[in-house]
Amino acid sequence: MSMTELFLLFISSIFVHNILLSRFLGCCPFMGVSSKLKTAQGMGAAVVFVIVLASLMTWLTYNYLLVPLHLEYLYTLSFILVIAALVQFVELALKKLNPVLYKSLGIFLPLITTNCAVLGVAVLNMNEGYGLAAALVNALGSSLGFLLAISLMAGIRERIENNDGIPDALRGLPMALITAGLMSIAFMGFNGIIK
Amino acid sequence: MSQSKLKIITNGILTDNPTFVQCIGLCPTLATTTSVANGIGMGIAATFVLTASNIVISILRKMVPDEIRIPIFIVVIAGFVTVIEFLMKGFTPELNKSLGIFIPLIVVNCIILARAEAFASKNGVFDSALDGIGMGLGFTIALSLLGSVREILGAGTWMGTPVVSFDPAMLIVLAPGGFIILGCSMGLFRAIQARAAKFKGLAATPAEARPAGCGSCLMAKFCQRDAEECKEAK
Repeated sequence: MSMTELFLLFISSIFVHNILLSRFLGCCPFMGVSSKLKTAQGMGAAVVFVIVLASLMTWLTYNYLLVPLHLEYLYTLSFILVIAALVQFVELALKKLNPVLYKSLGIFLPLITTNCAVLGVAVLNMNEGYGLAAALVNALGSSLGFLLAISLMAGIRERIENNDGIPDALRGLPMALITAGLMSIAFMGFNGIIK
Repeated sequence: MSQSKLKIITNGILTDNPTFVQCIGLCPTLATTTSVANGIGMGIAATFVLTASNIVISILRKMVPDEIRIPIFIVVIAGFVTVIEFLMKGFTPELNKSLGIFIPLIVVNCIILARAEAFASKNGVFDSALDGIGMGLGFTIALSLLGSVREILGAGTWMGTPVVSFDPAMLIVLAPGGFIILGCSMGLFRAIQARAAKFKGLAATPAEARPAGCGSCLMAKFCQRDAEECKEAK
C-alpha cells in the first residue's frame, strides 16, 4: 500500500467507518463507562494502547504461525488467547515499569480482554488481508475513533444527567442509545470524504 | 417438567431477558438486527454456543481450578464458536456472509461468559443446559422483535415479503436506526414495567438500580471499582 492509501485508510477508520458508531464494535464500554468524561478518556486511551499492540501480535500470530501450519480456522481461539495473555502481560509490565501510567490506565485493562473492539479489529485486519503497515494504521485509526466517540459521548451525557425534562423511562441507557443514534447520523456526514 | 425447571427457562426469556432487562450483549444486538432473518440467525448461533458451553463448563466445574477458570471458559466458548462458524459456512453461506465478523465475535459476547460464570460453574448439567436454552431464546426473541421493527420501518418488508404501503425510512436499517430503535424499545419496556409495577402496587425500580450496559456483565466488578475510585478522586 502506498502512503496515500495508508493515509486514506487512517482517516476512513477514524471517521467514515467509526468503530463504535458505524461498525458497532465495543458498545458495552461505550454505554457502560461513558458517564464521566475523565473515566471515558482513560478507557479510550487504554483501548488505543491495547488495540494497537493486539493487532501487531495477532497479525504476527496469523501470518507466521497459523498460515504456515494451515491452521487458519483456529484464528478465533488463538486471537482471544493472544489478547488475554497480552492484556495480563501489559498490566504486569506497566505496574513495574511505569506506575504513573498504570495508575491512569491500569484499572481499565482487565475490562478490555472481553471488549469486542479488540478482537473485532484483529479479525477485520485478517479478513481484509492487510499487510503489517496497513493493519497497524487501521488499528490506530479505529482506536482513535473509539477515543473520539467515547469522549464526545461522555461530554454529552454529563449534560444530559442535569436535564430534568427527560421522561423517567428514558433516563440512563435508553437516552444514551438515542444520543448515540444522533451522533451516528452526524458521523454519516463523513461518508462523502473518501470514495 | 417440574415447576423449578420451567422457571429456569422462563427466567431467561422474561425475568432476566439479556437484552431488555440485563442490557448486555449490545454489539450483536445493534449490528445484526437489520432484518428478521439476520436477527434470528444470530440468536440461534448464540443459543447453540451458549447451551453447548454451559453443558461443558458445568461438567468441568469441579475439575477447573478457581484461579484460571476464566481462560478455560473462554477456550471452551471459542471452541464452540469455531464449530458454529464451520456449520454456518457449510449450510447457510449467505447468512454467514451477512453476519460476517459477528460470528467470531460471539466469543466476547458478555451474555455467554456471564452465564458460564454466574450459572454453569455453580449448577448441574441439566439445569445449565436449560439455562442456556432459556437465555438463548430470550436473546433470539429480542433480536427478532428488533429485527422485525427495523425491517418493517426501514425496508418495508418482513422476512423479505413487502408488508407496508408507505415509503420505508432507509435510516432505520442503517447504523443510526439501530441505536435509536433499541433506545426507544428499551424505554418502552421500562415504561411498561413501571406501569405493571404500579398496577400490582409495587414500587417501580429506581433509576440508580437499573443496569447500564455492562452492569450485569462479568467485568462489572471492575467497572464498579473504577466508579468508586472516581468518586474518591472527586
